[in-house]
Amino acid sequence: MNNQGNNSEEKQENNLVNKEENNIEHWTEAKVKRRTLIAFGVYAAAGATGIAGWKYFRALPATDNGLSTTARSVLNFDEKANNLIFNPHKLAPTYPKSMAVKEPRMNGNVGINDDIDLSAWRLELVNPLTNQNISLTLDNLKELPKQEIIFDFKCVEGWNEIVHYGGVKLSDVMQKYNLGMKADKNEWYKYVGMETPDEEYYVGLDMKSALHPQTLLCFEMNGEPLVVGHGAPLRLIIPLKYGVKNLKCIGKIFFADAPPRDYWHEQGYVYDVAL
Amino acid sequence: MKTIEKKHPLAIRWFHWLNFPILTLMIWSGLMIYWANDVYRLGWGNKTIVKFFPESFYEAFSLKAQLANGMAIHFVMMWFFFLNGFLYVTYTIFSGEWRYLLPNRHSFKEAWQVLLHDLYLSKNQPPPRKFNGAQQIAYTSIVFMGLGSLLTGLAIYKPIQFSGLTWLFGGYGFARIIHFALMVGYVLFFFVHVSQVIRAGWNNFQSMVTGFEIKKDAPKIN
Repeated sequence: MNNQGNNSEEKQENNLVNKEENNIEHWTEAKVKRRTLIAFGVYAAAGATGIAGWKYFRALPATDNGLSTTARSVLNFDEKANNLIFNPHKLAPTYPKSMAVKEPRMNGNVGINDDIDLSAWRLELVNPLTNQNISLTLDNLKELPKQEIIFDFKCVEGWNEIVHYGGVKLSDVMQKYNLGMKADKNEWYKYVGMETPDEEYYVGLDMKSALHPQTLLCFEMNGEPLVVGHGAPLRLIIPLKYGVKNLKCIGKIFFADAPPRDYWHEQGYVYDVAL
Repeated sequence: MKTIEKKHPLAIRWFHWLNFPILTLMIWSGLMIYWANDVYRLGWGNKTIVKFFPESFYEAFSLKAQLANGMAIHFVMMWFFFLNGFLYVTYTIFSGEWRYLLPNRHSFKEAWQVLLHDLYLSKNQPPPRKFNGAQQIAYTSIVFMGLGSLLTGLAIYKPIQFSGLTWLFGGYGFARIIHFALMVGYVLFFFVHVSQVIRAGWNNFQSMVTGFEIKKDAPKIN
């Protein structure tokens, strides 16, 4: 065995030596100079083109969503790639209750008002078929089967926390009130939009993620009614997306084929922020 | 007449030089993302030896409050980083260049001797091969580091769609740490690489541009 190993290794080393010898050539001094000049010239030109290209890319005017159309089109390509790999049956991993943090981080208060009158609050469901809004109280929602989820909440900033929420499936609400499908009942609207009562914060969701079984409208955190800072009386919990999509204090839900306006998309983030 | 030795194939030179600006942009934009949750440090208990990163660092490289911008650059450039790395590896496999690059069972001993030599602790010259053992280990490791960045990146980019991958890297938080540590690794690699290139001299450096090295007329006998 040893001998064999040594032989094949020697053979390989001989091959390497032969190969290196094949690489030896004799050039005139002029040729060496010319080849050197060409090579450095080409790389210098490529470098200059690269720097100019980068400067051009950075100087492109920003659109109303904070990025140039070029950058945005690559990000849209990323979203298309994501749609290809997106598996609607894939669930976010869940954890035992004991692992949930007792006091989850409060991050972001756009659209949240401390003096909200919880008893006057209603969820407005916009029915594009009848143009008549359905107005629901929290008790109306609680008639649906209650769901609980303990999952790893991820913020676009880069932190994550295991949180415990309770509520009802968005898909159950849509089914019960006959929402989200077009008149002929053969096709879903492409998007679901949600806004806070004051319309200061708003998100758009692709229909596949909205219908995901872990996408919940929540009224409880750690078994207690939601507090205002976490989105009382009702917030969206969508584990498939970064925290920015988990709108707190839902006022209105509507359906559309065009992407609904999205607060952080307008600030330059990707639209789908899918995980 | 001059004796020259063709050293680096054209393709490898391009992959090498393209990787420099691509990786620079990946690191720069990655730091813009990291800034938004900059929790890593080296130390124990309440004692911090190195904080990643001090304010002055963020300011010097204009990294502050650039999360959206950083994510946009990162998720544009990732395609180029992947493509360049993929083509490089494919090329080394099909051209046979891997033979010079892959370490064998002598490489580790040789790398140790090279290290001692380069730290002026030993007078034994490294072997006059294209790449010595230390180089073989370094240039092979960097490819695996690239693969690591790609996979840990995917694990934190799509932790639900690739939840198996995220689990494999010890969860979302740990995958992010590995992704960050690999970046630190590239920066360290860069400094060692550049200082070694400076030590090796002009003839060696220019061969990464021209592809050939000029041989001394009378070969020196050690």
